[in-house]
Amino acid sequence: MSDISQTATLQGKPQPDPAAPAVAAMLDELEEGSSLWKDAWARLRKNKLALTSLFLFIVIILFCVVGPFLSPYDSQAQNLLVGAEGPSAAHWFGTDTLGRDLLVRVMEGGRISLLVGLVATTVSLMIGVIFGAVAGYMGGRVDAAMMRFVDLLYALPFTIFVILLMVAFGRSLWLMFVAIGCVEWLTMARIVRSGVIGLKKQEFVEAAVSLGYSHTRIIMRHLIPNVLGPVIVISTLTVPAVMLLEAFLSFLGLGVQPPYASWGVLINEGQQNMEIFPWLLIFPAFFFALTLFCLNFLGDGLRDALDPKSAKD
Amino acid sequence: MLKFVAGRLLQGILVLLAIYAVTFFLVAATPGSPFSSERAIRPEILAQIEAFYGYDKPVFERFMTSLGNALSGEFGPSAVYANRTVTDIISESFPVSLKLGALSLLLAMTLGIPAGILAAVKRNTWLDYVPMSAAMVGICLPTFVMGPMLALVFGIILKVLPVAGWFGPEFWILPAATLGLVYAAYFARLTRGGMLEMLNQDWVRTARAKGVKETTIIWRHCLKGGLMPAVTFLGPALAGIISGSFVVETIFQVPGLGQWFVRGALNRDDFLILGLTVLFATMIVIMNLLVDIVQVALNPRLKYE
Amino acid sequence: MAISKLQSFTRILLVALLGSLIAACSGGQRETDNAAAEGILLIGNGTEPKGLDPHLVTGVPENHIISSLIEGLIAYHPTDDLIPAPGVAESWESNDDYTVWTFTLRDDAVWTNGDPVVAGDFTYSWQRILTPMLGSEYAPMLYVIKGAQAFHAGETEDFSTVGVQAMDEKTLQVTLEGPTPHFPNMLKHYSFFPVNPRAVEEHGGMTDRQSGWSTVENFVGNGPFKLKSWVTNQMIEVERNTDYWDNETVKLNGIRFFPVENPSTEETMYRSGRLHLTSTVPPDKIPSLRESVPEQLRIEPYLGSYFYRVNVTRAPFDNPKVRQALAVSFDKKLLVEKVTKGGQAPATGFVPAGIPGYDASTKVQYDPELGKKLLAEAGYPNGKGFPKAEILINTSESHRKIAEAMQAMWKDNLGIDVGIYNQEWKVYLDSQSNLDYDFSRSGWIGDYVHPTTFLELFTTGNGNNDTGWGSAQYDALIAKAQTAQSEEDRVQALHDAEEILLTEMPVLPIYWYTLVYMKDTQLRGWEPKVLDNHPYKYVYFETN
Repeated sequence: MSDISQTATLQGKPQPDPAAPAVAAMLDELEEGSSLWKDAWARLRKNKLALTSLFLFIVIILFCVVGPFLSPYDSQAQNLLVGAEGPSAAHWFGTDTLGRDLLVRVMEGGRISLLVGLVATTVSLMIGVIFGAVAGYMGGRVDAAMMRFVDLLYALPFTIFVILLMVAFGRSLWLMFVAIGCVEWLTMARIVRSGVIGLKKQEFVEAAVSLGYSHTRIIMRHLIPNVLGPVIVISTLTVPAVMLLEAFLSFLGLGVQPPYASWGVLINEGQQNMEIFPWLLIFPAFFFALTLFCLNFLGDGLRDALDPKSAKD
Repeated sequence: MLKFVAGRLLQGILVLLAIYAVTFFLVAATPGSPFSSERAIRPEILAQIEAFYGYDKPVFERFMTSLGNALSGEFGPSAVYANRTVTDIISESFPVSLKLGALSLLLAMTLGIPAGILAAVKRNTWLDYVPMSAAMVGICLPTFVMGPMLALVFGIILKVLPVAGWFGPEFWILPAATLGLVYAAYFARLTRGGMLEMLNQDWVRTARAKGVKETTIIWRHCLKGGLMPAVTFLGPALAGIISGSFVVETIFQVPGLGQWFVRGALNRDDFLILGLTVLFATMIVIMNLLVDIVQVALNPRLKYE
Repeated sequence: MAISKLQSFTRILLVALLGSLIAACSGGQRETDNAAAEGILLIGNGTEPKGLDPHLVTGVPENHIISSLIEGLIAYHPTDDLIPAPGVAESWESNDDYTVWTFTLRDDAVWTNGDPVVAGDFTYSWQRILTPMLGSEYAPMLYVIKGAQAFHAGETEDFSTVGVQAMDEKTLQVTLEGPTPHFPNMLKHYSFFPVNPRAVEEHGGMTDRQSGWSTVENFVGNGPFKLKSWVTNQMIEVERNTDYWDNETVKLNGIRFFPVENPSTEETMYRSGRLHLTSTVPPDKIPSLRESVPEQLRIEPYLGSYFYRVNVTRAPFDNPKVRQALAVSFDKKLLVEKVTKGGQAPATGFVPAGIPGYDASTKVQYDPELGKKLLAEAGYPNGKGFPKAEILINTSESHRKIAEAMQAMWKDNLGIDVGIYNQEWKVYLDSQSNLDYDFSRSGWIGDYVHPTTFLELFTTGNGNNDTGWGSAQYDALIAKAQTAQSEEDRVQALHDAEEILLTEMPVLPIYWYTLVYMKDTQLRGWEPKVLDNHPYKYVYFETN
């Protein structure tokens, strides 16, 4: 608002003049206002690394989701007589020890790994956001109790617990996602809570309270949308953590079960035969690492973009 | 300050008790018993064995008994590893894990922190992208790939390092490197982030405008604050390394604690699981307390949050 | 300035690292050569042993170690598993119908704590393992002794009702339930090993499972070696026992057992010269090792059977035709050549080949046409209508691969859809014994060289049956074998029993095990043994 008055003063005369349309356009733009999101997007666009990561990530998703439909091979089709063979014209990524085409297995493995990442992160997101928002909003004793609960969970050796949970729930793919999600929501809760505590002090919350809005409405409609920034960043960084956790579980044999095979399973198989059949490790590990790369850089980029303080050049 | 510490200690103890309870009941609820074996045991024999370890009593009674024992430091025998007590197992493997952990952390900090500082100072140049990408590899490759690769290169191909065992200093290098590289990556990123936050402060701009040398700004003014995230991460990092080193221990045959976490869980060895969980939780509680104390000492406002 | 400080710091670090690398790289001498020169054997031993008390353990890794520390009445023979070699017993004889055996103990057998080994030690030890309160899992091995089963079941607390007696210090008399000509060979098993009564009593008593007598500090044995050190998950070391009666024959000065669970790690250790013997070889490496180091790769028959149990209490598996169809519809030869790769023998029966005096059955052959026909007769032509069944495996790459291959072969040959799920070991064991599965992958290693150890599994209600199958006829034949007066009658009864088993098919035989491991070329005296029992006292190094 002050800008407009300044412009008018600079002009000196309150009458319309030839520069008015340009000024008007400028004023329009200013009035449109720069929302947090537009600023963020603008900053993100400048971050080449993050943009490339986003692009690559989308390519990988397409590769995994659409790829299998384009392949003449079935990921389950074995060919014991052929066994493991290196990349060739018939099998671009080679075959595994049971003669299955590796390219299609990597693609389908990606579907599973990405699905695990997505679902488990969503679970952890939902739990973490609600938990953190409620804790931050309620404050006082409720907050202290909830945060002690989080401390408690932090102090549990997750290896033991994930194993116990997997043993109890292992058979179902979906239950596995939930179990993994349950282990990963803690950071989200903490971040959301800090964000909400910061927001609580702002006037619009006071206004909402005095207008008689219910707590639920305030939390859901006003607070949570305003912490979405950090939430998105953490989510983008939770997906790689979840995928690594699934790979670790595969190493223990507790991950995804046949007939599904995730990248973790493929990598584990490949690692055992690293010297004699190196392609079995190289291709799945490459895609796995690349996906994690992209997500991490994207997450960093989003964090830089959404944090007004950090992007100064 | 004293009140603060006392308060936190009390909370810590409550946390430990709660953890003990949660762990106990979770293990009790998980299917499988430490005594299932490939050769069938006659039910009466199984009953004998269970009675010996106290499994025949109702869950709650078992809980109270084991809690009582635990409070006096007695975690009981391992249900699976005959004539070894949990305390034996822990006292044998904890020092090894501690050594591995400390070495890994040392390596991680030595590599990661300078890399992070460099990347922050030379932001958005090659000196930023290359170390950070290298760091990223550490984070994106699972340890069970990194470990065997290092073993292959240094142990089999170059033949300069032993590939398994824990019999002397040369055996420490590969396992510590595998773990260390991963955590180096985390330290690098955290340090970079912390330094960036410092370097972007308004007062830094003021200092620059006033003509203070860049190196003085970096080393004398920004470093302390820039290292905070890394320092805060030390606690969870050490705990994480100690308990999560299962993969490295398996691949390099290191007789540490990580293996016992997994074995205990897979064997449903209640007493062992409880002992390990209490150990781990105690470490975390102490770490958190130390970090909190340091932070409060530097910033007394935090006491009231 | 700051940057060059950083650079010089990094430089110093790199130099230090390189320096220590070079220092660590100590000449080309391999650990295996050094150890061989000292007469120390380095063995990769699989999982960390759960204990060293012969009455409480059940695993192969434990057996390897215990057999170096304790010797029973009968010892392992260096080359032939059917020949009982004199151990603590110098000589033995039986009555005409092989029901009463008398063992004469040697005079110079002593324990490491100075006590002489006397017959009373054996009565004490066998009472210990048969006492219900100890909860020993291998106690049923001793049921061949008269009255042992009743004592173990707690029907009586009077051990004198059990058929073992110390006639005097050097004479032990054993009375059996029925004629058992192969009894001496059974005595090679560690469940029959003696323990030193004084040591056991000093550390908790006969029935104390947590007794400290078998720890490193307190262990008392009578074998060719004694326990020197035990670092959990690192190494167990045993050294020469100079008081052993046959110490002159023993050429090794010590043995180090390394508990390496991960086969890839073990193989890497072997290759870098840290082990003379491995416990296994990763299957996918076998073909390349066959080509590169054939003299070091050992593939030897092992008395064990790999099979799938079928839950006969669940439809449609209650129909024998279905089970038979399944049994003949997968190509075992292809499996062992392309999947397991370890020279295993396709199983054409349940009892493995290699038991002298017992011809392995050849009944179960790969015949997909027959399989299709049988399945159609059972009401599922071309697999139509066959419910989706699942194979239960425990967590392991190799089990998974085999299951996946079976899955594909059944689909191709029979048109049925089979799933796979894995459970972690303990849960898997529970599921199997609770009959909570369709197919369950299983394995069984013989405890001694006789078909009984395999066939008695499937008597009705046997704790290790786990299929829900039972047949009065089968039970009768097994009982007949146990009381048969001549070995011929016994073998015939067992053949007949196996015939029934292979007609009813509560199990689907897949392959007969082989032992696949790496052996250093300097090692001598380590011969193929079908039960993997190697008497260490005959092992030595070529350099010695």
